[in-house]
Order: sequence, then structure tokens, then C-alpha cells
Amino acid sequence: MRDMVVEATVRALTRAETTLPNWVLRRIEEAAARENRPLARHHLLFMLENVLIAGEDRLPLCQDTGLPIFHVQIGRDLKLNFSLAEAVAEGVKIATKKIPLRPNAVHPQTRKNSGDNTGPGMPDIIMDYVNGQVLRISVFPKGAGSENMSLVGMLNPADDPFDFIVKNVAERAANACPPLFLGIGIGGSFDMSARMAKHALLNMDGRPEDREEQDLLDRINALGIGPMGLGGDTTALGLRIEKASCHTASLPVAINFQCWANRKATEVIL
Amino acid sequence: MSEHHLHTPLTKEDVLKLKAGDVVFLSGTIYSARDKAHALIRREGCPISLEGAALYHCGPLIQKAQVLSAGPTTSGRMARYTEEMLALGVRAIIGKGGLPAEPFFNRAVYLAYPGGCGAAAARQLRVLGVHLEELGMAESLWVFEATEFGPMIVAVDSQKRDLYREVRGSEKNRKTD
Repeated sequence: MRDMVVEATVRALTRAETTLPNWVLRRIEEAAARENRPLARHHLLFMLENVLIAGEDRLPLCQDTGLPIFHVQIGRDLKLNFSLAEAVAEGVKIATKKIPLRPNAVHPQTRKNSGDNTGPGMPDIIMDYVNGQVLRISVFPKGAGSENMSLVGMLNPADDPFDFIVKNVAERAANACPPLFLGIGIGGSFDMSARMAKHALLNMDGRPEDREEQDLLDRINALGIGPMGLGGDTTALGLRIEKASCHTASLPVAINFQCWANRKATEVIL
Repeated sequence: MSEHHLHTPLTKEDVLKLKAGDVVFLSGTIYSARDKAHALIRREGCPISLEGAALYHCGPLIQKAQVLSAGPTTSGRMARYTEEMLALGVRAIIGKGGLPAEPFFNRAVYLAYPGGCGAAAARQLRVLGVHLEELGMAESLWVFEATEFGPMIVAVDSQKRDLYREVRGSEKNRKTD
């Protein structure tokens, strides 16, 4: 079983880095068909061409191969007699050499690079428990361009969370490689809101946005920021909101930015 | 909006004729540098001449001197170094996300390469050499030979036009409509 986890980690990373999920490609294609500004449309078509080249050459579509963020769904009936975190880390080290990946993980202060994309706290593994004998491993390589623009706001409950989101997306989108995918966490606590925002991105799978999500997405696209921040109708391609109860005196709101290269791949072990 | 095919080294005349919104394809030598290389150049000076150079904000993925993926990184992190890089003779800074326009006035341009398009960029670049290799793969100062590197958009021209600022400005206008 441990070997299966290591191998599945390498396979998932290889697929995630060199292709995009079909629903992501579909959303870029649909946006290119709708886009009114020629420059913006050319950017969207060049992005699709880049994905084709990456597939042909079996190379990472972006040189920022990201930090290794994993989403693991694990069955409540499953017992593992080994460290899942160590097995996944071993897969990351192998994939870094094999694909290859750019070594991105550094000490936060000395900035010394581990050379293999692992280190204290890395890979980051987010666990969800499900019923039965299940083990599904998804990798979500997270580039710094979009992650650097992400933020948590501890709002006054009298504030409008959507105004806060639109204002910050307007200011930050150009640096995050738009068109964007946005994970939003509303409520909970300081750190819970951020985790919900990440979780919203992890669970984005191409299902249509609900009414509230679509309204917010439409407001963001009306900003006119466009692909790469150079103007256009396409500023964001997807948006998902997760919510949790919060303190009556609080309103935490988190925005996790994701660039157009919304990379994710899942391997089902059990 | 016109299309230009330029060759490095770039002259002042080359860049003064570029207008915001123009499309550029660049051939010849280009240099990559990002966070650590800029900090080191500030501390210890630049190991090479950057007269007429195109400086690419990029942390490439390279294996055995082969460029595998090499799209742009966010230029904003290097904004504090713009003045001194242009003073070294750099005529074009390439990246994504933009830089403040003032330092570029009457001497240089900012070119935006489509972000995330590392695989496409890799086909247009060949490794000629490397400096500051001790900084690691992403942070070294790589010397590339570019062939029709692009499409790049003139996002900041030498006459203080800044497409990013214009887009943000039009967004504010829409809000007050």
C-alpha cells in the first residue's frame, strides 16, 4: 500500500503539471469565444496553445511548478500501518527529479532551497474523512503568483463581504495571472476562513456556480481587468464560496487566488 | 497597434518607437533575473554588461542546459530595483503584472509576456550560459538566445503610458457610471 501511495503521488503530479483538467480547458475556450477584445482573445488562445505544447513535449506548462499541496480523502474504515505524509513526500521527491519540477521549497528566513520541494510542513496535506474504505489523493500545485495575492480580512459585521472581495480582486488580479479562479471563505475564524477558501478551490470541479457565486463572478468580470490585467471581458473563470458560522462580533473573509492554469489531478487508490 | 520584430542589443531609438499596446517579438540575447539576482547585483554589482539588454523577470525550469519551461514571474517584487537596472543600460524589462511607469520615461519599455505560458516560451529560448549559479535554478542569472520570443505586449512605453493603470482607471470609471 505504501508503494501505491508513492507511485500515485508521482502519477498525479505528472498529470497535474503537464495538462489541465478538461473543465478548466472548456471554461477558457468558452471565454475565448465570448471575449470581445482581440488582445484578450489572443491571450486566451495562446494559453490554450501553451497547454497543447506542454502535452506534446510532456513538460510543465508553467515554470512555476508550485508548492506541493495535497487533498486526501480517506475512508473512516481504512487503517494505514505507515505514515501517509512520508509516503506522499517521497513521491514529491521522486517527481521533482523525474518530471522534472523546479525546486521551489525554501526555508522562510534563510531562503535555503531544499532542492526536492519538501521540507518542514511541505508537502501540505489537507485531509477530509469520508465513509468506507477509500483513499483518493489529489495534488494541487500552487504557484506563488496567485498565492501571493491571497488575503484574509477581519471585516466589521456591518461591512459587505462582496464589496471587500470585488475591491481586492480589482487591485490584485493583474499580478495573479488572470483569468482567475477564486476560492472564497466567509465566516468561521481567522484561519478557518483561509482554509475554507483553499478548500473551495480544491473542490472546484466545473459544476455551475450557484446564484450567489454567479452574481459575484459577474461583478468581477464587469471590472474589465481581462487576461493578464491588460483589459477584457474575462477576469475570472470560476468562483466557489464556502461558509461557516462565525462569532457575532466577527466577519472573516478570505480570498484564495488561483491563476488560469488551475492544475489538479486525482489518483484513486481505493 | 502595430507589430515589431526586434533584435538585441536594443537601442534607445528601438524602444522609443514602441507604443503601449504594440506587439513585440524579440530575438537575440536576453537575461533572466529575479529576486535574489537583483539583491546581489545591488550589493556587489553586475557580473556582466547590461547595455542595450532585455532583462527577463523569470525563474526558469532548466535541466542539463535545456530550457523546459520559462514563463514570466510577477515583476512587482522587483519594482524596487527598476531604476538601477535601467541605469545599467537595460532597454526592456520583460515580465508580467507590470511596473510603475516613471523610471521608464524616455529610455526603456516594459514588455508583458503571457503569464503561465512556460512551455510555449521554452520553445523560443536556448541556454547560452549562466551567472550567479550559486543562487539556484530559479534565481540564477541565465543567458538565453531568444528566437522570435513573444508575443509580448508593450504594457508600459517610454512616454508614460501604462496599460495596467489605464485598465484599473477604466474600472473605476465603470464603478461610478
